[in-house]
Amino acid sequence: MTDSKYFTTTKKGEIFELKAELNSDKKEKKKEAVKKVIASMTVGKDVSALFPDVVNCMQTDNLELKKLVYLYLMNYAKSQPDMAIMAVNTFVKDCEDLNPLIRALAVRTMGCIRVDKITEYLCEPLRKCLKDEDPYVRKTAAVCVAKLHDINAQLVEDQGFLDTLKDLISDSNPMVVANAVAALSEIAESHPNSNLLDLNPQTINKLLTALNECTEWGQIFILDCLASYLPRDDRESQSICERVTPRLSHANSAVVLSAVKVLMKFMEMLPKDLDYYGTLLKKLAPPLVTLLSAEPELQYVALRNINLIVQKRPEILKHEMKVFFVKYNDPIYVKLEKLDIMIRLASQANIAQVLAELKEYATEVDVDFVRKAVRAIGRCAIKVEQSAERCVSTLLDLIQTKVNYVVQEAIVVIKDIFRKYPNKYESVIATLCENLDSLDEPEARAAMIWIVGEYAERIDNADELLESFLEGFHDESTQVQLQLLTAIVKLFLKKPTETQELVQQVLSLATQDSDNPDLRDRGYIYWRLLSTDPVAAKEVVLAEKPLISEETDLIEPTLLEELICHIGTLASVYHKPPSAFVEGSRGVQHKRLPPRAGSGESTESPDVGQSGPSEAPPAVIPSQGDLLGDLLNLDLAPPTATVPSVQPSMQMGAMDLLGGGLDSLVCSSPAMGAGLGAAPAAMPASLGSAPAVGGGLGDLFDLGGGVGMPTGSYVAPKTVWLLAMKAKGLEISGTFARRGGIIQMDLSLTNKAMSVMTDFAIQFNRNSFGLAPAGPLQVLTPLSPNQTIDVSLPLSTSGPVMKMEPLNNLQVAVKNNIDVFYFSCQYPLSLLFVEDGKMDRQVFLATWKDIPNDNEAQFQIKDIHLNSDVASNKLQGSNIFTIAKRTVEGQDMLYQSVKLTNGIWVLAEMRIQTGNPNYTWMCWRRPHVRECVSQNDSPVIS
Amino acid sequence: MINDYIFILKAVCHTLTQTSSHQVLICRNYKGDVDMSEIDHFFTLLMQQEEEGLLCPVMSHGNVHFLWIKHSNLYLVATTNKNSNASLVYSFLYKLVEVFTEYFKELEEESIQDNFVVVYELLDELMDFGFPQTTDSKILQEYITQQGNKLEVAKTKVPTTVTNAVSWRSEGIRYKKNEVFIDVIESINVLVNANGSVMSSDIVGSIKLKTMLSGMPELRLGLNDRMLFALTGDKGKTTVTMEDVKFHQCVRLSRFESDRTISFIPPDGESELMSYRINTHVKPLIWIESVIEKFSHSRVEIMVKAKGQFKKQSVANNVEIRVPVPSDADSPKFKTSTGHAKYVPEKNLVVWSIKSFPGGKELLMRAHFCLPSVENHETEGRPPITVKFEIPYFTVSGIQVRYMKIIEKSGYQALPWVRYITQSGDYQLRTNT
Repeated sequence: MTDSKYFTTTKKGEIFELKAELNSDKKEKKKEAVKKVIASMTVGKDVSALFPDVVNCMQTDNLELKKLVYLYLMNYAKSQPDMAIMAVNTFVKDCEDLNPLIRALAVRTMGCIRVDKITEYLCEPLRKCLKDEDPYVRKTAAVCVAKLHDINAQLVEDQGFLDTLKDLISDSNPMVVANAVAALSEIAESHPNSNLLDLNPQTINKLLTALNECTEWGQIFILDCLASYLPRDDRESQSICERVTPRLSHANSAVVLSAVKVLMKFMEMLPKDLDYYGTLLKKLAPPLVTLLSAEPELQYVALRNINLIVQKRPEILKHEMKVFFVKYNDPIYVKLEKLDIMIRLASQANIAQVLAELKEYATEVDVDFVRKAVRAIGRCAIKVEQSAERCVSTLLDLIQTKVNYVVQEAIVVIKDIFRKYPNKYESVIATLCENLDSLDEPEARAAMIWIVGEYAERIDNADELLESFLEGFHDESTQVQLQLLTAIVKLFLKKPTETQELVQQVLSLATQDSDNPDLRDRGYIYWRLLSTDPVAAKEVVLAEKPLISEETDLIEPTLLEELICHIGTLASVYHKPPSAFVEGSRGVQHKRLPPRAGSGESTESPDVGQSGPSEAPPAVIPSQGDLLGDLLNLDLAPPTATVPSVQPSMQMGAMDLLGGGLDSLVCSSPAMGAGLGAAPAAMPASLGSAPAVGGGLGDLFDLGGGVGMPTGSYVAPKTVWLLAMKAKGLEISGTFARRGGIIQMDLSLTNKAMSVMTDFAIQFNRNSFGLAPAGPLQVLTPLSPNQTIDVSLPLSTSGPVMKMEPLNNLQVAVKNNIDVFYFSCQYPLSLLFVEDGKMDRQVFLATWKDIPNDNEAQFQIKDIHLNSDVASNKLQGSNIFTIAKRTVEGQDMLYQSVKLTNGIWVLAEMRIQTGNPNYTWMCWRRPHVRECVSQNDSPVIS
Repeated sequence: MINDYIFILKAVCHTLTQTSSHQVLICRNYKGDVDMSEIDHFFTLLMQQEEEGLLCPVMSHGNVHFLWIKHSNLYLVATTNKNSNASLVYSFLYKLVEVFTEYFKELEEESIQDNFVVVYELLDELMDFGFPQTTDSKILQEYITQQGNKLEVAKTKVPTTVTNAVSWRSEGIRYKKNEVFIDVIESINVLVNANGSVMSSDIVGSIKLKTMLSGMPELRLGLNDRMLFALTGDKGKTTVTMEDVKFHQCVRLSRFESDRTISFIPPDGESELMSYRINTHVKPLIWIESVIEKFSHSRVEIMVKAKGQFKKQSVANNVEIRVPVPSDADSPKFKTSTGHAKYVPEKNLVVWSIKSFPGGKELLMRAHFCLPSVENHETEGRPPITVKFEIPYFTVSGIQVRYMKIIEKSGYQALPWVRYITQSGDYQLRTNT
C-alpha cells in the first residue's frame, strides 16, 4: 500500500469522520487519520478545524506520528494562535526527551511556529538545547536562534542567545560551528552595523579549521562568512588564501564559487609582484572552467560570475577562450552568456578563431542568439583594431544572406564601426543602401539614417534617400525622428544648395507638428543656429566626434567591486547590487573590496583619475548600440551613484548645454561644439551625475577670476539627496557649507506629493567625524504641495563617532508626518578644516620630516591657470593655510597645513609650475583622511 | 544563502482548452518571508518566457525570486526574497533530486504522492530555515526509513555520523569479503568544425568506487605520477597536465594540496571519488567525414565515412553515429558496409549503429531520402553529427591506478579491482548543410 490512497478519500463529512478517527484509541488508526489530514493539507484543503484533535495526538512515542503532528502544527499554528499554546507543554517535554532525535525535532519545530505568544515559553528549552551534549541537537538549536530572532529580535538579545551562539563558533563539532556561523550571518544581515560577527584572527582560525571537516553546505556558510572579513595585512590575507585554495577542488560547484569569492576579494590586498599572487591567479582558472561542465543552471550562475571576474581580472581566463565556444545543445541562456564572455576575451591573438565561431553562430536559427552573434562581430571590430577589416567583410557576407534581422543587426553595428574608424570602410555604403527598404526596426533605421547623414557628401542620392524616410515622419519612432532631423541638417550643411526645401520641411515637422518636446527642442536649436550663424552651425553640427571606446557595456568599477563581493549570489547573477532588489536593504552598507595593495604609490594610484582628468574617459557605446545617446538625450543617461567627481574636462562643455541652452551654445568654446556635433555620441557614464558636475563650471576660479581676494570657503551646489519617488513625495536636495566657523547643512525640502507635510525632524547616524545637528530642523510652516523651503541646519562635531566607508559618508534620517526616510550623502572634507589650522613654521618643519613615506600620496590637479599667490589666497578661504613658499627652478612650492575638527593635522606640499596649468599636490598625514581629501580638494581649489 | 520555499510542481496540460496550468504536488515553507501564493506567478512567468523562447533559470516577480530546475515533468522551485547564494540553491535542488531518486528509484509525480510522508520528513531533515543540512542519502536512510519499516527505538537514534567529521560513512559496517572496485572512466568531448578542424577537445575523467569494506578503512590511491604533474602524449613529445581535479568530500583536500596524496575514508557502496579534466588536443577517436547533399524539391544524399583512430588491438563497442536529416524527408534507403542504419523520424535523425568497431578500420554508410516538392518554409537549424561509443580496457590520457592501499585497524586483507573505459562525451561534428 502506498500513501497515495490518502488522497482519494474525498467524501462528504470527511472532517467529521477524521475527527472520530483522530480520537480513536487504536494507535494505528490514529496514525492513519493524521496521515489523511496531512494529505488533505498537501492538496490545499483547509483542515485547520481539526487542530485540537491533531494536537492531542502529539504525545506519542511513535516518531513518525510525532513528525506528522509537528508538520501539521507548523502549517496551522499561525492561524490558530490560541490553540497553539496547547502544544507548548509537549514541546518543553520533548526537549528533554532521552532520544536526541526527538529533542532536535522539538527544537526545530518550535522555531517554525511563528506565534508571538509561544515564543516566550520556548526560551528555556532552547537554552538547554544550545548546551545539549549531543551535537545533532546543538546544531539544530543554533539554527533555532536565527528563527527566533526573525520572530522577536529583542527577545533573543535580552535572553543572551546571541552570546551563546557566538560561543558555538568554538564548538568542537564542525557541523555545529557551520550552523552557528550560518545563523549569525543571517542575523547580522538584518543588523547591518552591528558587530555581531566579531571576526578576529582567532575566530578566523577556528572557522578555517572547521572548514576542513564540515559538510559541503557548512563549507559554503563558512566561506561566505570569511568573505566578509577584512584581513589586517597582506600576510594574513595570503595565509587565509592558502587555506581556502584547496576548496577549489571540491566537487560541489557552490563550494567552488564561494571559495573563488573569498580569493578574489583577498587577492586585492596582495602585492602584485608577490610570487604567490601569480600562483593564485593560475590556480583560479581551471576550477572556473570546470564549472562549465556542471548542470546548465549552475553553468549559468558560473558564467554570470565569470563575466564579472573577466572584467575585474582579465588575466585569469585570457587563454581559455575555447571553453566558451557554444555547443549546439546548450540552453539559450547559456549560449547568450558564453557569447558575452567570448567578446570580453577576444584579443588579437584569438580573433580569427572567435570570428569563425561567430560567423557560424550567425547562421543558426535562434533569432535572439543570431542577433547577439552579429552584434558580437561588430564589437570585435571595435575592440580589436587589426580585425576590423575582417569583421566588416564578415558582416557584408551576412548582409548578403538577406535574412531580415541579420541585415538589420549588421547595419546597427556597422554604424559603430564607422564611428570608431572614420573614413576607412565607407566603400561598403553602397551595399548598405541596397538594403534600405528591408529595414523595419527603429534601431536599424536610425543607424542607416545616421550613416546617410554622416556621409551625405559621398552618397549621390542622399537627399532622395532621406526624403523617402521623411514621408512617413509621423509614424516613425522618436529615435528615428531625431536621427532624421540631425541627418537632414547635416546634409544641408554639406550640400546647402539642393536641400533647402528638405531642411525646412523637416524643421517644421519637428517644431510645429510634433508633440515630442525632445524633438521640438532639437528642431528649434538647429533652426536658430542655422538662421543666426551658419558658420557656427557647421562647426557645431559637423564637429569632430569623440572616439568611442573599445569596450562596451562594462560594469561601472564601484558596482563591479561590490558585485565581486557577492560572487555566487543572486546579485552576481542579476549584475545588480542587492539593494536594488532586496527590500529593506537600503540602509545596508555596500560591500567593498579591501583597499588595494600599494595604493600609497601615487603613480599607479587608482585615485589619480579623480583628482585630475589625466585621461579623458572614453565615450562608451550604450549596450543597445543606442543612437539616442546623442546630445539632447544626455539627460536620459542613467544617473549613477558614483561620488560626483569633478572632472573639468572638455565634455563638461556639453553638460553646460543642458542648463544654459542656446545662449551658452552660441558663445561656447569649440569644445562644446564637439559635444553638440557628436550626435550619436553617448557621454561617459560618470558624467551621468551631471547636476553635481555641471556646477563645477561655476566654481571659484572661474567666478573669482584671479581677483586674489579670499573668497570664503567653497560651497558645492545643492544636489538631490532624496528622490521624491522614494520618499512618498518629499524631495530633499542639499549641500554643506562652512560659514564663520560654523558647519551648516543647507537643505531644500520640496513637497511633490498631493498633501501637506508637517512635523519635520532630522537625525544623523554615527559617522566618522561625529557630525550631529546642533539644533532641531526648523521648518515652521507646513509644507504645502509643490512648495519648496530652504533650511540651514547648524551642525556640531560632538556626536558619536564611527568610521564610515567612505570616510565622509553621512547617513541621515528625515521624519515628517507621513513616514521616516533615509538617505546618505557625502560631505566635502573641507567642511572640517578649522580656522586655526595654521601650523607654526617650526612645528611644521619638524612634523614634515617625521611623516613616514607610506603616508604620502600625490595628486594632480589639471588645467588651472592661477599663480601661486592667488591659489594660496583661495585655499585660505577654505582654511587651507600656506605656511611657507619657495621657488625652485621655476616651480613654486607651497607648504600648507590643515587641521580637522577632530584635531588631525594634514600637511601638504603643492607644486605649481609657471606656464604649466597642472598642479601637483602631495604628502598627507593620515592615510584614511588622505583618500577623502583627494576627492574633495579639487572643488576647493578649482 | 537562504531560500524560503521549496516547491515541487508539475505542469498539467488541459488538452481541451489548450492551456496549461500547474499543480503544487508538495511544498515546504522554511521561513515566513514569502507568501505561498507567490508560486502562481512562477508559472505565469514560465509560460511567458517559454513563449518568447528566452527561458532563464532565475525569474522574479516583485521582490520574490524563483530559482528552478526541471526534472522530467516536475519543476523544483526555490523562492527567496533575499540576496541568496544562487549556486548553493541550484546545487541543493539537484541534491534533492539525487536524494529522492535514491529513495524512490524514480522522482516523478507518482513517487511523490506515494511517499508524501517520507518526502515531508526528508524536506524537514535536508534543510532547516533555508540552510541545507545533512544531504547524504546513505546516512539519511539510517534514520529516515521508508514507510513500511516500523520505526523501532533502536533505529530512531541519530546516527553519530550525521554530525561527525566523517559524515558520509557509518561505523560498524561488515563484509565477509573485503573488496574495492575502481572504475576509471574517461569521456571525450570534441567539437569539430564543418571544415574538419577540431575547435575544442578535452577529456573529462572520473574515478568511481564500489566499496565493500568493513569498519573504517583508510585508503590511499596512487595514480601514475606522470598523470599528476604532466603526462607525455602518444609520441612522447607533448606534455599534458591534469587541468583540474574535483574530489568527493571524503578526500582530504588540504593533504592533496600539500603533497598530492589522495587519502580518504570511503563512503560505503558506490560513489564517485574524483573527477578530473584534461585540456588537451585529443585526436578524435572516431573520425567522421560526411557529405550531405541536398537537392531541394527532390532528394537528400548522405555519405558518412567513419574511421577508428585508435589502436588496432582495441575495439569500440556500441557505436552510434547520429546524422541529422531535414524534417520533411521521407522514403529512406540505406547502404552500410558494417552495422545497420535506422531512420528516426521523430528526431529527424539517421542512427547508424555498429556493435563493434575495430581500431584502424574505415566504415561507410550511404543514405538516400526523398524531399517533397513543396518546400518547407520553416528554417531549420543545422544540428551537428553526434557519435556515441565506448572503448574498454583503455584510457586516452594514459591514466593508471598504481596502487590502492587499504588499512583498517582490524588488519584484514582487501583486494582492489581496477577497470578502465573510454567513452564519448559531448562528441559533435558540425556539418555544412
